Amino acid sequence: MKEINSCETCPVHNLANLTKLGVNMDKFDFVVALAGNPNTGKSTIFNNMTGLHQHTGNWPGKTVSRAEGGFKFNGSNYKIVDLPGTYSLLSTSTDEDVARNFILFGKPDVTLVVVDATRLERNLNLVLQIMEITDRVVLVLNLMDELKRNNMEIDVRSLSRELGIPVVPAEARQKKGMDEVLKYIEDVAKGNYLCKPRKIKSISPKIDTAVNELTKDIEESFPNLPNSRWVALRLLEGDQSIIDAISSGEMAELVNEQDIRSTISE
Amino acid sequence: MNKISGQQFLNNFWKERMKNKEEILEKANELRWEVGESLHDSILGSIYKEASEITKNTVKTEDNKDAYTFDSKLDKVLTSKLLGFPIMFLILAAVFWITIEGANVPSKMISDFLMGTIHPWLKEISQRIGIPFFIDGLLIDGVYLASAWVIAVMLPPMAVFFPLFTLLEDFGYLPRVSFNMDGLFRRAGAHGKQALTMAMGFGCNAAGVVAARVIDSPRERLIAIITNNFSLCNGRWPTQILIATIFIGSLVPAPLAGFATAAAVVGIAVLGIVFSLIVSWGLSKSVLKGEASAFSLELPPYRPPRILRTLYTSLIDRTIFVLWRAIVFAAPAGMVIWLVANVHVGGLSIAHYIIQFTDPFGLMIGLNGVIILAYIIAIPANEIVIPTVLMLTVLATGLSGIGGGSGVMFELDSVNATADILHAGGWTALTGICLMIFSLLHNPCSTTIFTIYKETKSVKWTAIATFLPLAMGIVLCFFIAQIWMLVL
Repeated sequence: MKEINSCETCPVHNLANLTKLGVNMDKFDFVVALAGNPNTGKSTIFNNMTGLHQHTGNWPGKTVSRAEGGFKFNGSNYKIVDLPGTYSLLSTSTDEDVARNFILFGKPDVTLVVVDATRLERNLNLVLQIMEITDRVVLVLNLMDELKRNNMEIDVRSLSRELGIPVVPAEARQKKGMDEVLKYIEDVAKGNYLCKPRKIKSISPKIDTAVNELTKDIEESFPNLPNSRWVALRLLEGDQSIIDAISSGEMAELVNEQDIRSTISE
Repeated sequence: MNKISGQQFLNNFWKERMKNKEEILEKANELRWEVGESLHDSILGSIYKEASEITKNTVKTEDNKDAYTFDSKLDKVLTSKLLGFPIMFLILAAVFWITIEGANVPSKMISDFLMGTIHPWLKEISQRIGIPFFIDGLLIDGVYLASAWVIAVMLPPMAVFFPLFTLLEDFGYLPRVSFNMDGLFRRAGAHGKQALTMAMGFGCNAAGVVAARVIDSPRERLIAIITNNFSLCNGRWPTQILIATIFIGSLVPAPLAGFATAAAVVGIAVLGIVFSLIVSWGLSKSVLKGEASAFSLELPPYRPPRILRTLYTSLIDRTIFVLWRAIVFAAPAGMVIWLVANVHVGGLSIAHYIIQFTDPFGLMIGLNGVIILAYIIAIPANEIVIPTVLMLTVLATGLSGIGGGSGVMFELDSVNATADILHAGGWTALTGICLMIFSLLHNPCSTTIFTIYKETKSVKWTAIATFLPLAMGIVLCFFIAQIWMLVL
């Protein structure tokens, strides 16, 4: 009797359902943002999914502007946006602005954060900041082969528990782990997996009060902003680009369309 | 809800928004005083703390084995103060040597096939069906031969060079180069990341100019854009390699020819880096004054290169892409060459008049009229310089018995045949050296010029980036030629 490969019957084994759409993405159901530190393999994963050939190279800063591509998975069309690699979303540089503005204003359905498993601690700084902006995050622990080569091990399950989001070990260069990545993108996009991301613990009661007060105001003015707490924090810190976004009306533009529509129809 | 008109509603809506946003900003200002200035630091602090906590709970390092031993040992050697640069030059030289040696045989095979077999076959067919001579000339002797030429000259070296370069990139060597070069660039008043854009320029200057976006400071980014042309691009590598093989390789005994040629090409590439530093320094001390800004560069882990994958992507990404671009430009250029060589005015072809006109100037700077005309025709793409030079040389010297006649890009069985033509055209070692210098120092191709304009949005800086290297090339070649003629 033919032995049934248990992998093939498992719902995770999904690559067969993937259609690479390249740049054809006229209609899409979900938007996926691809973020992470420089040189962690974002473009490699982007290429794996879209079938495009964004140039990849082992040096930081290779992707200078965002690249877009599409794929179809289990009947839904996804647009995936490859963002420039950044170490943080706090200080200001062009790359960080591109990445942050997209995660904040572009409101992606899923943000796929690619991290270098061998440098988890430093990479987590960015992950924690992204989770402050958006809940729908999937973490890809890339370069697992490097991790083994360097005699290290990561407890993937407890990492996922600690962060409150799905964590997928992967070796993008060998195309390993891509099927699971796709499954979690789908789960989070369609709401089958509810992320409960760990938020940065409060620093002091005084700051908490200030943040809460400001958050309430922002929520009233921009009810559709999914991350008013984060905006409040940035405002308190005096982040000039956020101040500009509010005073120039950029922030309002982001949320207004749906907003007006829902108010008029009342 | 009261019924109000849509316009009225929108007006109210926006008015409210305006009020709200001012209120919010005001409130933020007030609250900022309360929470104090240390907020930014304390937020960062708590992020770091959490990251470190999570890491402690989830990452296990095997006892008594250190992580990254291999990487740090390798880094100590590759970025060492003493060995960093010599190793860099050795690696570069090895890459060129492999390229030069490896491209020879396939180059001959391709040119035999495309020009020795296909071209006569096409001519025969065209004669049999009686196609008028000028259409036959334009299409088969112009367009087809120009394209075939570009493939024969460019494909083999690119097919060897790009995969090798991509393997180095994949392995993680480029950031180490950047690290080594950083001190030099900083002293030149430029950004350390310029080493990366420079490395990109070795592939394609237009790509290098776009890559300068990684530099945040506008001043340093401009410097990186203007000096990118000093990185030899892939359109110029074949010129360097061919001319070095003919004029430098032949100066030494045959067994050493490969090494001498590779050394000469590396020499030109290094000269390009030196010019890049000098011009950066000059710009940052004059029109683009300022301090070099600090940045952090992560040295990524070394990764075992994926050989097959690299071969595939470097062929698709770079080789075929560049080749296609070259053919797109070579095809119409082939037509132009055929026309200037075959349209006669008063008994002489147009090309003759132009070459006669440009010859005195060309000779003055160690080149000749043919090279000058070739560089004008080749503004769209550096790749077609050598094919154009050879065709025009045959025409100007009236060599007969080679190829199909005037205005025809002929077949060349080997580097030796090319050498014969160039020597017959009056070329000397001086011409070869000056051509190598001029190939390094002249205006960027039109694609790069357009890219510079798109990136800088400034006619002034585009003009500077275009004419500065050209002026430098003319001046340098002039001095080399004059001194050469005085001494020899």
